[in-house]
Amino acid sequence: MAQSALISVLAIVIAADRNLPDLYALAGLSAALKVVAVPLVMRRLLGRTDLEEGEEAPGVAGSHTLSPASAVLAGIVLAAFGFFCFGALKIHGPAAPALALALAAAMVLVSFGLMIVRRDVASQAIGFFTLENAISLAALVVASGLPLILETAFLFDLLVAVVVFRMLIRAHHTKAESLSTADLTRLRG
Amino acid sequence: MIAVVLTLLIVPFAAAVACAVLPTKRIAPAITVTAGVASFGLVLALLPTVAHHDLNYLSYLRVDALSEIFLLATGFLYAVVAIYTVGYAERQGHYPRYARRLYAGLNLFAWAMLAAPLMSSLALLWIAVEITTIVSALLVAIEDTDGAAEAAWKYVLIASAGLGLGLLATVFAYFAGAQVLGEHYNLAIAPLIHVAAQLPATPVRLAFLLALVGYGTKVGLFPVHTWLPDAHSEAPTPVSALLSGALLATSFYAILRYYQFTAAALGSGFPRDALLAFGIASLLLASLYVFGQQDIKRLLAYSSIEHMGILAIGVGFGAPVALAGVMLHVLAHAAAKGNAFMGAGVFVVKYGTKQIATIRGALDVLPWSGPLFLLAIFALSALPPSGIFRSEFQIVAGGLAGGHYAAAAVLVVLVTVVFFGLTGASTRILLTPAPRSLSAAAAIGRGEPSAWMVVPAVAGIVVLFILGLHPPGELTSLISRAVIQLGAVR
Repeated sequence: MAQSALISVLAIVIAADRNLPDLYALAGLSAALKVVAVPLVMRRLLGRTDLEEGEEAPGVAGSHTLSPASAVLAGIVLAAFGFFCFGALKIHGPAAPALALALAAAMVLVSFGLMIVRRDVASQAIGFFTLENAISLAALVVASGLPLILETAFLFDLLVAVVVFRMLIRAHHTKAESLSTADLTRLRG
Repeated sequence: MIAVVLTLLIVPFAAAVACAVLPTKRIAPAITVTAGVASFGLVLALLPTVAHHDLNYLSYLRVDALSEIFLLATGFLYAVVAIYTVGYAERQGHYPRYARRLYAGLNLFAWAMLAAPLMSSLALLWIAVEITTIVSALLVAIEDTDGAAEAAWKYVLIASAGLGLGLLATVFAYFAGAQVLGEHYNLAIAPLIHVAAQLPATPVRLAFLLALVGYGTKVGLFPVHTWLPDAHSEAPTPVSALLSGALLATSFYAILRYYQFTAAALGSGFPRDALLAFGIASLLLASLYVFGQQDIKRLLAYSSIEHMGILAIGVGFGAPVALAGVMLHVLAHAAAKGNAFMGAGVFVVKYGTKQIATIRGALDVLPWSGPLFLLAIFALSALPPSGIFRSEFQIVAGGLAGGHYAAAAVLVVLVTVVFFGLTGASTRILLTPAPRSLSAAAAIGRGEPSAWMVVPAVAGIVVLFILGLHPPGELTSLISRAVIQLGAVR
């Protein structure tokens, strides 16, 4: 959520800097969706499975496959890997330094890490939104002239992600009575 | 011609809206069949023109030979699947809400797949592919079983993450294009290919690899294929047929567009090697997993991974004859895999199970679908005179001509392995007589569940034979034009 807000602020800054009025609209809309709508939906989902105050929400409890420490460590390694790989490529646009692109690459890898190591639908969806933020960041860096058509693609992606994820999470929730994906092992081979 | 292109964009969408809004049970099947057949007719009407020159309209629509090939595959499958769905939905005996969702979703799904090859811009192409993901994920979930919910979740998460990479590829393609064409570049494909020689190398390479992995997720290339068998086996059969024959091809079309400008910018060596590696890995995986499958639709899903691998290998070979084979393979695979899934769907309706072990003696029980399924399996295994025999022959010939002896040999061996796997399972289904101890088997009488489910399969076989024996002259010139557009290696 904080991350989404940051990206939106960055979009506004770049818009102001380079005098691109349509970027304001993009920033506003994506902020509305990601900073307000997504956390609301998530909170309601987690709240519904909550039994008692003070406990970790049972929806995500036990979804760690790694201990928090090793997960953080893996995250740092992934981030560093992405950061230095992309830093070495030396691609940069007119609006932001190459550093920001390396940052975006690190975010992409961390988001994949999040989707892989967590075993509940909410965390996996959050991993997906992190990926989404990373791509927005990359786009703002290398393509700040962001043509209208690319902006449309972004907004579209966001909108449907929110709608579809919400529908499927709800379907999963009513079927399995939990938000865990640990028991989604029937289909294999 | 602009009228034809616009009608093609409007008809399936209008059909989807009509199916969703109109209440009557009888109207939805009629609308769907009309829309399917009409769309195929419109695609056919484009063929003679597109075989000779490209069409550009309204700066966002573009039809060239390459897109027409994929339009033909999708259009044909849309028509046959629409007819098949009439029989499928009435046999399922489901409540009207299910039928309405199925019909509306099917039309919308076909609309998105027909729209993707019509788009002139990489960003619009991405949006169209994203719509196919959303609609098909909801269609996979439509059966409302535990398996369907699991398959839909895996599908939407994996495919969305893959398409996230596809979007990143689009961003880098824009970055590369904007260096030459200026900031107001709208990601159109044609100018990008035109200025390819001046594009910066690193972003182009990055864009191609991201597109290969990103869209490759939806093509079902190893190692990002894992959603595919689940979604194909849990979706309603008409949706499985469209997923396998049309959706995978549409995503492959997106990769080919990136291939076009990457090959023009960096030379075709790098993208071809990448495609060859992914293709062989997918083919190897599929040939191993075909054995020991319990579920008839999963078996066919692994066969889809095999054929997508063959397509990637064919482009990897890069010789003109191999690329012509790839184009023909897209069409023939759509017809053959559509048929195989439709046959499997008849078995599932008749026997009430997807388990290969419980489906026995189908050749006796189903006088039409049994032989038609056998023909479809033979076609998929590239036995002459099916179109797939011709296309795979061309791909192998192209590989040998280009000096890829090892890869061509691996291709032939692995395709033969898959042949044994597929025919082994299907002969058990078709020829093993039903054991007397099974009381359920005795209750299954002889006869087809519905004529609606047989007619489309007959059409598919006819198309396969035409493609294999004597492809029409217009189609041949279309394919040669597409090969030139792909920039064959001489």
